[in-house]
Amino acid sequence: MSTVVRIDDVTKQYGSGSNALLALDHVSLDVAQGEFVCLLGASGCGKSTLLSLVAGLDQITTGTLDIGGRHVALMFQEAALFPWLSVAGNVELPLKLQGVGRADRRKRARELLEIVRLDGFDDKRPHELSGGMRQRVALARALAQNADVLLMDEPFGALDAMTRDILHDELERIWREQELTVLFVTHNVREAVRLGDRVILLSSRPGRVIEDFKIGHPRPRRIDSPEVSGQAAEITDRLRAEVARHAN
Amino acid sequence: MPTEVVEKQKQADEVSGLDALELGPKKEKGALGRRVWSSFWPKALAIAIVVGAWQIVYLSEWRPAYVFPPPADVFAELGALITEPKFWDGVQLTMTRALTGFALAVAIGTLIGAAVSQFRPLRAAIGSLITGLQTMPSIMWFPLAILLFQLGEKAILFVVVIGAAPSVANGLISGIDYVPRTWLRVGQVMGMRGIAKYRHLILPASLPSFVSGLKQGWAFSWRSLMAGELLVIVPGTVSIGVRMQTARDLSDAVAVLAYIIVVLVIGILVDQFFNAADGALRKRWGLTGN
Repeated sequence: MSTVVRIDDVTKQYGSGSNALLALDHVSLDVAQGEFVCLLGASGCGKSTLLSLVAGLDQITTGTLDIGGRHVALMFQEAALFPWLSVAGNVELPLKLQGVGRADRRKRARELLEIVRLDGFDDKRPHELSGGMRQRVALARALAQNADVLLMDEPFGALDAMTRDILHDELERIWREQELTVLFVTHNVREAVRLGDRVILLSSRPGRVIEDFKIGHPRPRRIDSPEVSGQAAEITDRLRAEVARHAN
Repeated sequence: MPTEVVEKQKQADEVSGLDALELGPKKEKGALGRRVWSSFWPKALAIAIVVGAWQIVYLSEWRPAYVFPPPADVFAELGALITEPKFWDGVQLTMTRALTGFALAVAIGTLIGAAVSQFRPLRAAIGSLITGLQTMPSIMWFPLAILLFQLGEKAILFVVVIGAAPSVANGLISGIDYVPRTWLRVGQVMGMRGIAKYRHLILPASLPSFVSGLKQGWAFSWRSLMAGELLVIVPGTVSIGVRMQTARDLSDAVAVLAYIIVVLVIGILVDQFFNAADGALRKRWGLTGN
């Protein structure tokens, strides 16, 4: 399998002198084509920083980050849909920016909304949808960007447990069907184990890779299955030990 | 495999079931008649209270009737006024001035606002000046305007524009400043640059604030215009302001009050228009409370 994202010895520092804040400290990580990788850590582990760097929204301080000129799409905790556009308009926007013609745009947006099971909601406004539906529109919009890598920054963090559970199933299905590569940031251990092929545990202040867990349980998984719970408990212990280290 | 098909269908049902539950039932809007009535009666009551108080003050003989006439006389005068074609010529002249001045103020304010929000040094230099100009009472500009342009249309236009443009500029600037960071990041990841970024993100995102700026700008330009029409009487024109001034010169209190009502009504009507635009925008964006 080919490597899509190569993060090699990357350090990210904000500010300089006595105010300098070291967010990431010599982080190395490779993500293979079609892989689902979860970045897990407590507050201040720089997981969102790492996503911003991969997305090209921020500059690395030292090290190399290579995505081979591939396109990325980014999703946040908020859907960040544009309220002046309809649901279909939001999904069409990236296509419009790519110069896709009106008729093709329509057609493609309709297909994408069907993928996230929101066909028939084309003309709704974002505020008319529930939080979970808005995130699915955001996912359709991300798919419209024809990205090779989907970066997700706690995308289900603001949703209730039932909605999140169902969206995990949906994301897993779409990831498989669309053959996506996903880099998924979360602080929820079970969510990471439920979704990831690998779970990368990061330390806090500065962020370093503590351990790279391979999650081999067969899919589709359930968040409350004994395998997921067992592995999550093991990782949680490591995470707690890491948090306790910051007591003084 | 049949089990897989069943599983797929179950997943689809779960998603659409959850959507249906979260969206809930559609809200009843209520009959049209009821809605019109519920927005009408508070206004009618407000008018009744004002007219009633006016009548009481009149009856108390606080001032003689030729200085403070009763509502009935003023409304009779108003009734006579609106059947007079010359009155409508005056309204037309005043509204033409107002719209010309406002349009010019919008054009200038938008240009300045865009420039200030785009160039950092410009913001440092004239950002606070714009806010300062906003607090300046427009009547203070008239002596200068009259020196620059003599007693003419241009003097009035100058003051109307200088009164309204800062509000328009400020509305645009704050709209651009408060575009949410996540929207900008989404735009950046989508590859928006330069003009596309303005067209697809910055301008639509700053629209609500821009509309408030327009509304405030209109209020300033309308006030400036009324001050201007009282002070700068262009020979041969009979605007609302000129009629008002003539009524005062003739000590015609009935006419003075009638023109006050005319100006008030025009102000309210235009304000209603801006409110409707603002309301439609808020509804589209989902900013209205439940």
